[in-house]
Amino acid sequence: MSKKLAIIASKGTLDWAYPPFILASTAAALDYEVQVFFTFYGLTLLKKDLGGLRVSPLGNPAMPMPVPMPNLVQLAPGMESMATAMMKQKIKDKGVASIGELRDLCLEAGVKLIACQMTVDLFDFKQEDFIVGIEFGGAATFFEFAGDADISLFI
Amino acid sequence: MEFDRELDARGLNCPLPILRCKKALAELNPGQVLKIVATDPGSVKDFPAFCKQTGNELLSFSEADGEYVYFMRKRA
Repeated sequence: MSKKLAIIASKGTLDWAYPPFILASTAAALDYEVQVFFTFYGLTLLKKDLGGLRVSPLGNPAMPMPVPMPNLVQLAPGMESMATAMMKQKIKDKGVASIGELRDLCLEAGVKLIACQMTVDLFDFKQEDFIVGIEFGGAATFFEFAGDADISLFI
Repeated sequence: MEFDRELDARGLNCPLPILRCKKALAELNPGQVLKIVATDPGSVKDFPAFCKQTGNELLSFSEADGEYVYFMRKRA
């Protein structure tokens, strides 16, 4: 019987979008059965349009910057867009997959992606905002799988 | 070494070389050999780890000019 990996994806920024999809797709390649439960801001990762994924240097002192940037400067309009554009360029230059690509690979490999129904209601999201091929469920749905998973991660 | 298929994973970063390898293996018959060329230094540890966990056999590994070449036999 194959091993099982259960992940909760709770963050919706461009940088934090990577760990769940990298781990899920790789585990699937290693013949794990994988389910990822997307909750709160993590739901952004299941939207048809991933254009809203951004990264901010604000409140993130570990983020490598080409030049030292005081917090006050990071508050300036356009800084988040600039940081996001720079990160995307770097991702491309280094041969790192895009989030859309990794998500497609997950779906192709049979990774089950579950959207938290409560969060969908809470934020007034519409089901048609999300990609096809996902499921909608609640905490009990997650535990049904995670209860006998070999690895469970909260991201 | 003889091989049945070659996978060019140059310029790809983690986890793409492993994912492409998995896909390429799926198109081979058991016992056939896949040659992989990668430039990701992380692949040096990742391909042996992939083989160990999936039962595919890593026949050889070599490095030249920043390129890593692997020969992998698909599990029976």
